[in-house]
Amino acid sequence: MPVIEVEELEKSFGDVRAVDGIDFSVQEGEIFGFLGPNGAGKTTTINVLTGLARKTAGSVRVLGHFYPRDLRRAQEGIGVVPDGSNLYPELSGKENLTFCGSLYGIRKEERERRAAELLDQFGLSGVAGRRFATYSKGMKRKLTIAAALIHRPRVLFLDEPTSGIDVASARQIRRILERLNCNGTTVFLTTHYIEEAERLCHRVAFIVDGRIVRVDSLNLLLEEVGDDCSLQFAVGGDAASAREVLSEVFPSHKASATGDGQLLLRGERLDDIIPAVCALHDAGVTVQEVRLLRPSLEDVFVRVTGIEAEEMTAHRGGGS
Amino acid sequence: MNVWIPFLSILQKDMRAYYLKPPNISWGIIFPVAWTLMFFIRSGGDVEIRELLPGVMALSVLFGTTSMLAVTITFEKRSRAFERLILAPISLPVLLAAKTSGAIVFGIINSAVPLLFGVWFVDLSAANWSMVIAAVVLIAATSTFLGLMIAVSVREVFEAQTFSNFFRFPMVFLCGLFFPVHHLPLFLQPLSYALPLTYGNDLLREALWGGGQLHPLLSLAALTAFSVLLFYISLRNARRRWII
Ligand SMILES: Nc1ncnc2c1ncn2[C@@H]1O[C@H](COP(=O)(O)OP(=O)(O)O)[C@@H](O)[C@H]1O
Ligand SMILES: [Mg+2]
Repeated sequence: MPVIEVEELEKSFGDVRAVDGIDFSVQEGEIFGFLGPNGAGKTTTINVLTGLARKTAGSVRVLGHFYPRDLRRAQEGIGVVPDGSNLYPELSGKENLTFCGSLYGIRKEERERRAAELLDQFGLSGVAGRRFATYSKGMKRKLTIAAALIHRPRVLFLDEPTSGIDVASARQIRRILERLNCNGTTVFLTTHYIEEAERLCHRVAFIVDGRIVRVDSLNLLLEEVGDDCSLQFAVGGDAASAREVLSEVFPSHKASATGDGQLLLRGERLDDIIPAVCALHDAGVTVQEVRLLRPSLEDVFVRVTGIEAEEMTAHRGGGS
Repeated sequence: MNVWIPFLSILQKDMRAYYLKPPNISWGIIFPVAWTLMFFIRSGGDVEIRELLPGVMALSVLFGTTSMLAVTITFEKRSRAFERLILAPISLPVLLAAKTSGAIVFGIINSAVPLLFGVWFVDLSAANWSMVIAAVVLIAATSTFLGLMIAVSVREVFEAQTFSNFFRFPMVFLCGLFFPVHHLPLFLQPLSYALPLTYGNDLLREALWGGGQLHPLLSLAALTAFSVLLFYISLRNARRRWII
């Protein structure tokens, strides 16, 4: 059963068309990822789906409720983790959770119990009484997720859940999301980390400039590049001219210089990698290291969108 | 869903987080005390204090309530905590009512300060206390909803404060708080009757010692109409501006 159904959704801010006619649906029990560079329209889409923004055109249905008419009914069953924190800095961790619980009509004893349970689950019991303002970035993000779960939502929305926080907290958050999903919660998340989408999501939509350019299950997307390979070279000297060499020798492959002396060659699997090394050697480039990379979502993403992973945060400035 | 749970919880949180904090207690208590002492000490006799009492009460309510909304709404909007409330399955009218009820209670408490002084100095045995309560509640409601309308229309806390001063200082002179409306230049008088505080102050004078100029039912009706109108305008603006 689809829990999110979006048809021809459009959202404009004046002349800026942030979301430009997107269609997708999310099935109950899925982890669905919205992957795209900064300014692609991910946050705007989440805002429309959660009731913070009003759609300009198209149809949105969440948990069977049409927007805007039955928005409040849908809101009872969804939890939202925004890209920044939106908790009360002057309240303690525990007070923030119980306050959020009350907003969903949960009675006092029940929300106290649920808050204690979540604080424990997120490893925050020790700081439950401390003011939210004093939390570290990772702790803040975890409490924000806990607050979104207080009313046991059927669908959890997360906007860039691991961006800007430490690696350990990010890993813990991913584990928590997987566990939640195992227990039946549908997860909708946005990210500009290709790796995160690949690790977590069952299905992924690529979004660029307000349009979905591709939506498919992770397995199908990866199958598409199953025969591909990427070769990563660490070279001494001028990486840009080394890139030229590879482009000439392998015209059907895509060669790119990724900075700090790294080269990437993507395309069909090579039966023999020696010619590549020889070509570089002959051109006077020192090859210090060669690595064969397993095909990843990144390869699909680059092939479909033409955007390199490194461009993800820089694309179309002004996004948030 | 039981809407009283979020309603009371929002009210309680605002009380704890804002109203009972030292700066606001001082704003809410010391300010009315200062007004009261200033006016009562300057006025010599019994009669003058009686004349001043309704105005000082109305003034305390007006300043107490309007200044609070800049904090409970504009400040929370800036810190994004307000998004929490919009994401919750609470209708906008209930949300606005919850966010303003604290300020109304705060305003009512503010009016008690000059009233306690007044009871001490003046003979108020003829006061109609249920009408006093109605007047104070309605002054608090209209002032709060005026503050709400301002809070909904601005982005920054300082804008909210500037705008409320733009409204409330003229109201001190235009609404008959310290001299009757008919002493004003003729061309300003229609403006007086377009302001809710004129009716609130008049009703309070009538209730405390029978000193009103207007019929109490007229004032009651006008104050109720202003409350509904201001709340409705705020609601409409909030729908447009908060859900982008
Ligand atoms: N409130 C707004 N007013 C005007 N333009 C906006 C607003 N919010 C987003 N945008 C624009 O819409 C586009 C998509 O933004 P956003 O949804 O935040 O992207 P993402 O989350 O994918 O980085 C950007 O060009 C951004 O500048
Ligand atoms: Mg974003």
